[in-house]
Amino acid sequence: MNWLLPEYIQDMLPDEAWRIEGMRRDVLELLRRSGYQLVSPPLLEYAESLLINDSVDMDLRSFKLVDQLSGRTLAVRADITPQVARIDAHLLNRQGLARLCYAGSVLHTQPSGLMRTREPLQIGAELYGHTGIESDLEVQRLMLQALALLGIKGVHLDFGHVAVFRSLMQRAAVPAGLESELFNALQCKDVPTLQTLVTGLPKQTQAAILALPKLYGGVEVIAQARAVLPDYPELKGALDDLAQAAAHLQGAASGIGIDLAELRGYHYHSGMVFAAYHEGSHDAIAVGGRYDDVGKAFGRARPATGFSMDLRQLHGLLAKQTPVKGIHAPYRQDEALDAAIVKLREQGEVVVVDLLGKAEYHSELNCDRELVLRGGKWLVVEMKN
Amino acid sequence: MITIALSKGRIFEETLPLLKAAGITPLEDPESSRKLILPTNRADVRLIIVRASDVPTYVQYGAADMGVAGKDVLNEHGGEGLYQPLDLNIAKCRMMVAVRNGFDYESAVKQGARLRVATKYVKTAREHFASKGVHVDLIKLYGSMELAPLVGLSDAIVDLVSSGATLKANDLKAVEEIVQISSRLVVNQASLKLKRETIQPMLDAFAGAVK
Repeated sequence: MNWLLPEYIQDMLPDEAWRIEGMRRDVLELLRRSGYQLVSPPLLEYAESLLINDSVDMDLRSFKLVDQLSGRTLAVRADITPQVARIDAHLLNRQGLARLCYAGSVLHTQPSGLMRTREPLQIGAELYGHTGIESDLEVQRLMLQALALLGIKGVHLDFGHVAVFRSLMQRAAVPAGLESELFNALQCKDVPTLQTLVTGLPKQTQAAILALPKLYGGVEVIAQARAVLPDYPELKGALDDLAQAAAHLQGAASGIGIDLAELRGYHYHSGMVFAAYHEGSHDAIAVGGRYDDVGKAFGRARPATGFSMDLRQLHGLLAKQTPVKGIHAPYRQDEALDAAIVKLREQGEVVVVDLLGKAEYHSELNCDRELVLRGGKWLVVEMKN
Repeated sequence: MITIALSKGRIFEETLPLLKAAGITPLEDPESSRKLILPTNRADVRLIIVRASDVPTYVQYGAADMGVAGKDVLNEHGGEGLYQPLDLNIAKCRMMVAVRNGFDYESAVKQGARLRVATKYVKTAREHFASKGVHVDLIKLYGSMELAPLVGLSDAIVDLVSSGATLKANDLKAVEEIVQISSRLVVNQASLKLKRETIQPMLDAFAGAVK
């Protein structure tokens, strides 16, 4: 049974591996042309550098091991974002903007959702050094462009804003324990549980918290929220941001939604959060948001916003593609043949040299044409079965 | 197409009036039909009949857009990735600890010794006894929990109690209530975002019909 892989761990076989590699290149090329610089952080680091937000979630999700050189605990990255934040805060030390992108495998101790691999291939972009909504819009637009480039159509973009819930919690000085219970119930839109949890809170806070799970839908939600939520300036600012983002991206996604109870990554996000949904997936296919304080753990808090997605998950949404077939070439000590092969490969063709030369294995070489010698010249002709 | 996952029996029967309020009537009765996918009077709505404990899984995977699941089942499942917007107030009962008549539960718990507990609801039982500070050995059973204390398999059971008649018939008594149970409407998160225009009116109709 030594061929057996652990649960939720897969090989990528040729067709899938090539296609995912192509997707990776396409997205990175888009990011490169958009002014993002590629960084490639290590697979593992000291655990405390990766687990910076006191996030129990991340802690449980990370594989850990003991470093024989230092005796310290190492963790395999479960998310590349904190690594890129570390690079921005500590290594690049730019005073102005830094636009960084990355692509690499991460490991999760538990699959992050049903039917998800424990080894996602995370790709994403982060923009540091800008507080305004312009940077949020830039990464949101970039995420939609990347999805469109990969051929994923019918993307629904959903917005939330963690400042709404955070402002309610801070204004009412809600203790941390209760805050986390409210948070959990809110993530499930579990109104009955919320009703029992809010009993001790001020009336205005109660009404606002009970309104949140119903504040989802199209852009009309923003107007509804203005009517029912308290008049705190930070809360109004959050709603203004959402209105602006929704208006800007109206044409870029096939649907726009607002969900004020959506607090993905509440523990490290600080502003607008967003997620892309697609009918082929029961789960978000790309996520992002603003996380202004993450760099603080590395000595320099910087405004930051970004997005990430898992190429293996996205690959599952794409229609099957028949791989491009190659040209079969015999093995021969023949300079003219070698020259013909080199020329075809330069033109972008796949030329497969058949070292075995056995007809019964021809189909395994995945060719639909062959090189044959006709009248002293090597020509490409359709392959007979 | 909207797919609604329901389990046979009490939940199905008590959900029917709610479906009706949303203008949905199944065209077949699951008790007599052997079909697992039931068409309804609405061409864009179908029902699937699954085991009660499988409802959250179907909805979480998006195999069903929504479903009706008891809070007992949701607690065991964990409920992650599901919206649970509505308490339907149906299929009500209580999750209880029960022991054999004559068993001194109070002092068994106080002594600090380990208690053997048989249950189908392992997660709920574990959390309940952990919050009381009681050590337990859990024995997972799939049915007829009432038998376990009688034949010496366990000291106590954790099970759903509605009338208490089964406990009484087997010489058991309920000693502690863990939680009140009723059924919840659960909705797949992506479905609510992508099919909101169809789903939202149904949610509103269900909410209006809940007693």
